[in-house]
Amino acid sequence: MKKVVFAGVVAVALAIAQQRSGDFLDRIPPSAAARPNPYEGQRNAPLAGRKLYARHCAECHGREREGHGKAPPLAQPLVRDAAAGTLFRAITDGSLNRGMPSFAAIPEPQRWQIVTFLKGR
Amino acid sequence: MHLSCNIAVILLLASVVPLCAQEPPTFVTYTHQMEEPGNLEISTYGAIGSPNGGSPDGGHGFYGSATEFEYGLRGWWTTEFYLDGQATTHDSIIFTGFRYENRFRLVPREHWINPVFYVEFEDTSGADKSLLEVVDNDSQADLAVPNAATRLEKQRELETKLILGSYAKGWTIAENFIAEKNLAHAPFEFGYAAAVTRPLALEARAEQCTFCRENFQAGVEAYGGLGTNRDFGLPDTAHYIASLLAWSLPSGVTIKVSPGFGLTGSSLPFLLRVGVSYEIPQIGRTMRNAFRGGR
Repeated sequence: MKKVVFAGVVAVALAIAQQRSGDFLDRIPPSAAARPNPYEGQRNAPLAGRKLYARHCAECHGREREGHGKAPPLAQPLVRDAAAGTLFRAITDGSLNRGMPSFAAIPEPQRWQIVTFLKGR
Repeated sequence: MHLSCNIAVILLLASVVPLCAQEPPTFVTYTHQMEEPGNLEISTYGAIGSPNGGSPDGGHGFYGSATEFEYGLRGWWTTEFYLDGQATTHDSIIFTGFRYENRFRLVPREHWINPVFYVEFEDTSGADKSLLEVVDNDSQADLAVPNAATRLEKQRELETKLILGSYAKGWTIAENFIAEKNLAHAPFEFGYAAAVTRPLALEARAEQCTFCRENFQAGVEAYGGLGTNRDFGLPDTAHYIASLLAWSLPSGVTIKVSPGFGLTGSSLPFLLRVGVSYEIPQIGRTMRNAFRGGR
């Protein structure tokens, strides 16, 4: 009986862990993904985005987007290939249960500039 | 001395940990912006005023100081500790107490209006002149009493705030509703604060810059008392309106200044606020790296 209870507790814990580590970007609604990036193709936007990334994001995600601890790496195809609107929403809302706060305080044009940088090579 | 030491510590930290944080330019009004988890922000704020405009019988000029340590425990939970003090001309320089406060974000995602619950315990004396909030019938007459008398008055208070914040087209709009209770006696005291701020430029420039418009935020805030649960309302209450300007340097230091004006006879005619803050990113990791001799 004890083994059954222990197995049940482990199963619930694993399910919760899986839920928490499920793909953050996949949970963003498709309507958000449809928003176009007004800075796409602008020459200076990735440079401004790089500067803003260093200011607001690098402390957790690493200077080279390599990730640190709970903060995932951002220099990966999953991020580069994501819709600009999805990344924009992720920055805006954050994910409180993963420790990422909302960055809505950054003005909207600057959030799009960060997105432009993240989608670059 | 107190202020210059605090500024020196902040500038020293700024020289070893390069980061730029965008602090809201407000002094009294809280926005719904939370501290990033693991980050420690050290700030010092000053309030400079003179009861009755410095008239000979109206009290002496003062500098009320608050030094703040703000830490992001979780994305939804920010905790802060304040040490308060003040200096009054022709009187004395004294430590006036401490405050411990917590802010809890109530909804996980961004909405058009975002509530945050704030709860604070403060153990200060009646001599405190940091003026971090105005409630009840707080008036300039209270600020004219000599320190020897006011420092004997204990203020162990529990304060709660409902913070509402919104972002719209680059504007930050925040409203605070304050309820404060002295734990020993006295009724509930109420107050309010509201602010509207905006960066001078919404787009960032590609190059690093110190004086570019994106590094400046400006705005206006209003705050005042609303009486108690026995005599709720505006009569005999102090109200202020103040312009706000914040400058975020690339080194990570933010400098804020706010000239404010009293709107009623109970208010100080003029109140100048100044502030300097610096945010240390991921303080735990930074300390570990420092003790291990860097990365």
